[in-house]
Amino acid sequence: MAIAFEQGGAKRVMRSATAWERLKTNREWLSLWFMLPAAAFLILFLAYPLVLGVWLSFTDARIGRSGVFIGLENYEWLMGDSTFLLSVFNTLLYTSVASVIKFAVGLYLALLLNERLPFKAILRALVLIPFIVPTVLSAIAFWWLFDPQFSIISWSLKKMGLITANIDFLGDIWNARWSVIFANIWRGVPFVAITLLAGLQTVSPSLYEAATIDGATPWQRFRFITYPLLTPIIAVVMTFSVLFTFTDFQLIWVMTRGGPVNATHLMATLSYQRAILGGQLGEGAAISTAMIPFLLAAILVSWFGLQRRKWQQGESND
Amino acid sequence: MTDALAGKVVDPKAVLTGSAPLADETEGMSYLHSLPRRLVTVYLPLSVILFVLLFPFYWMALTSIKPDEQLLDLDTYSPFWTWNPTLKHIYKLLFETEYPIWLWNTMLVAVCATALSIIASVLAAYAIVRLRYKGAQWVGGAIFLAYLVPPSILFIPLSTVVFQYGLFDTPFALILTYPTILIPFSTWLLMGYFKTIPFELEECALIDGASRWQILIRIVLPLSIPGLISAFIFCFTLCWNEFIYALTFISSVQYKTVPVAIVTALVDGDIYRWGSLMAGALIGSLPLVILYAFFVEHYVSAMTGAVKE
Repeated sequence: MAIAFEQGGAKRVMRSATAWERLKTNREWLSLWFMLPAAAFLILFLAYPLVLGVWLSFTDARIGRSGVFIGLENYEWLMGDSTFLLSVFNTLLYTSVASVIKFAVGLYLALLLNERLPFKAILRALVLIPFIVPTVLSAIAFWWLFDPQFSIISWSLKKMGLITANIDFLGDIWNARWSVIFANIWRGVPFVAITLLAGLQTVSPSLYEAATIDGATPWQRFRFITYPLLTPIIAVVMTFSVLFTFTDFQLIWVMTRGGPVNATHLMATLSYQRAILGGQLGEGAAISTAMIPFLLAAILVSWFGLQRRKWQQGESND
Repeated sequence: MTDALAGKVVDPKAVLTGSAPLADETEGMSYLHSLPRRLVTVYLPLSVILFVLLFPFYWMALTSIKPDEQLLDLDTYSPFWTWNPTLKHIYKLLFETEYPIWLWNTMLVAVCATALSIIASVLAAYAIVRLRYKGAQWVGGAIFLAYLVPPSILFIPLSTVVFQYGLFDTPFALILTYPTILIPFSTWLLMGYFKTIPFELEECALIDGASRWQILIRIVLPLSIPGLISAFIFCFTLCWNEFIYALTFISSVQYKTVPVAIVTALVDGDIYRWGSLMAGALIGSLPLVILYAFFVEHYVSAMTGAVKE
C-alpha cells in the first residue's frame, strides 16, 4: 500500500498553531464532524419519532389533525377493547411458540450442519436462502401453498389418504394461527441455525474427545459441553429472534391481514389498521407504545447474555 | 505438507481464544459412527429440513412457468412437474404491468439508502473506535440500542414526521428513513472491523503528518474492504426486504417498491393471478439471490459478526 503524504503536514508543525489548526486536530471537535451524519439520521428519524410516538399515544390525533393531550384515555379505552386484548394474546402466542420451535429446530439444524458432511459450504448456503428472500415474497408463496382450493399440501395429504377434504389453512381461526406461525418458523430457522453454527465451530473438538474417553454419552456431551459454551450466543440470537417475532408485521399482513375474525392480528398489524387505515393515529400509537415494555425486557436479556460471555472468556472489558 | 501438519497440531492459543480451525475433520471421533447410523441420524433429518426450507421456492418457480389450466387442475396433470413450460406469466408481468418500474424503484431506494448509511456508518464507527472522544463508549451502546428499535413501533410517528418534512409519497421518504434501520447495524459491524486494524499503522501515519481524514481514506478503509462488502450486502438485503415503511409512506403506484406493489397492486380478483404473482415474487428475489450467491461468506460473516460482537 503506497502512502504518499504531501509535505505540507511536516511544514505545518513548524508554524505556530492557529486556532483553526488546533480545531482541526482537536479530538472532540473532529469527532463531532465524524459523528454528524449518523447522528443526524438517528436523531431526526429514530429518536425524535420514538418520543413523538409516546406523545401521540397520549393525544387524540387523527390523520390530518394534530390532537390534544387526553392523558391515559387511549390506554383506558384499549384495556376494554376485546380486539386489542385478543391481539396481545395472539402476539404472545405467536412469539412464544414460534421462538421456542425456531430455537429447537435451529439448534438441531446447526448441530447437523456441524457434522462432517460433503458439500458443506453449499448446504450452508442453501439453508440461508429463506432468510435472503424478502419476507413478503416468500409470504406470497405461502399464501399460494395455503390456498383453500388449490393447496398442494391438501392435495398431497389427500393422495396419501390422510385427509378427505381440503384443509382451510387461512380461513379457520386456529388453522390460520398455526399456518402463520409455521411460515414465521420457516423464515426464522436459517438465521438461528447459521448463527449458532458459527458458535459451534468455535468449540474445540478435543473437549468432546476428552469427554468421550471419560465415558460421556452423546446427550451428556451436548448438555455439559456444547450447551454451556453456546449459552452466550444463544442469549443474543434468541433476543433478536424474540424481538423480530414480537414486532412482526409483513408475514401477517400479506397472508391474512389479521383475519379471520382478528384471529391472527398482532399488535403491529392492529396498530397499522387503526392508525393508518382507520386514521386514529393516537390510538395506533398507544398500541405501538404498549409494545415497548416487552422490547425492554428482551434487551435486558440480551445485556445479561453479553455480560456472561465476557465473564466466561475471562476478559475484563472489550 | 504444511497444511497436513497444521491439521494435526492444534495451536493451544487458538483453542483458548476460540478460533481453532476444524482442520482434523477426517480424524477425531468420526470413526465411531458407521455409515448406516449416520444415514438415519444425520442425512435423513437434514434432507427433511432442507426439503421444507426449499420447497416453497421450487413451488414458486414451477408456478411461474406452468400454463394456467395446469395450475388449477391438480388431478389431470402431475402437479409437481410440467412438460410444457410457458413464459406467458413472466411476459405479462414485464410488459403488461408496471413491474419494471417497481423493480427500478426498489433498486434506486436500496442503492441510495445503502450508500448513505455506509458513509455515515464509516465515519461514526471510526470516530467511536479510533478517535475515542469523551463518551464514545456510551454512544456505541446507544447505537446498539437503536439497532433494537423495530420499524413497527416507529412507523406511526414517522409517518407524521415524513409528512411534516414534505417527503410523503416521494422516493426520498424511503431513502431517508431506511438508514435508521441500516446505520445502527453497519456501524456496529464496522466498529468490529476497525478494532482489528493495528494501532501502529495509524501511529506511523500520524507521525508522517497524515490527517485523520487521510488515515481513514488511505489506511483504514482499504484494510476493511471485507467489512465494507459485508455491510453493503446486508444493508442492501434489508432495504429490499423492508415493507412497513414503504407501505405507509408511499401511495402512488409509480413510486412503490416491489414487495409493496406485489401485495397492493398485483393482487386482483383474477383466479388466474397465481402465475404472475409467483413470477413477480421470483423475479423480485432474483437480484438478492444472485448477489448472495457471489458473496455468501461476506453475508454469513455480517450476520454472525453482528451477533458475536
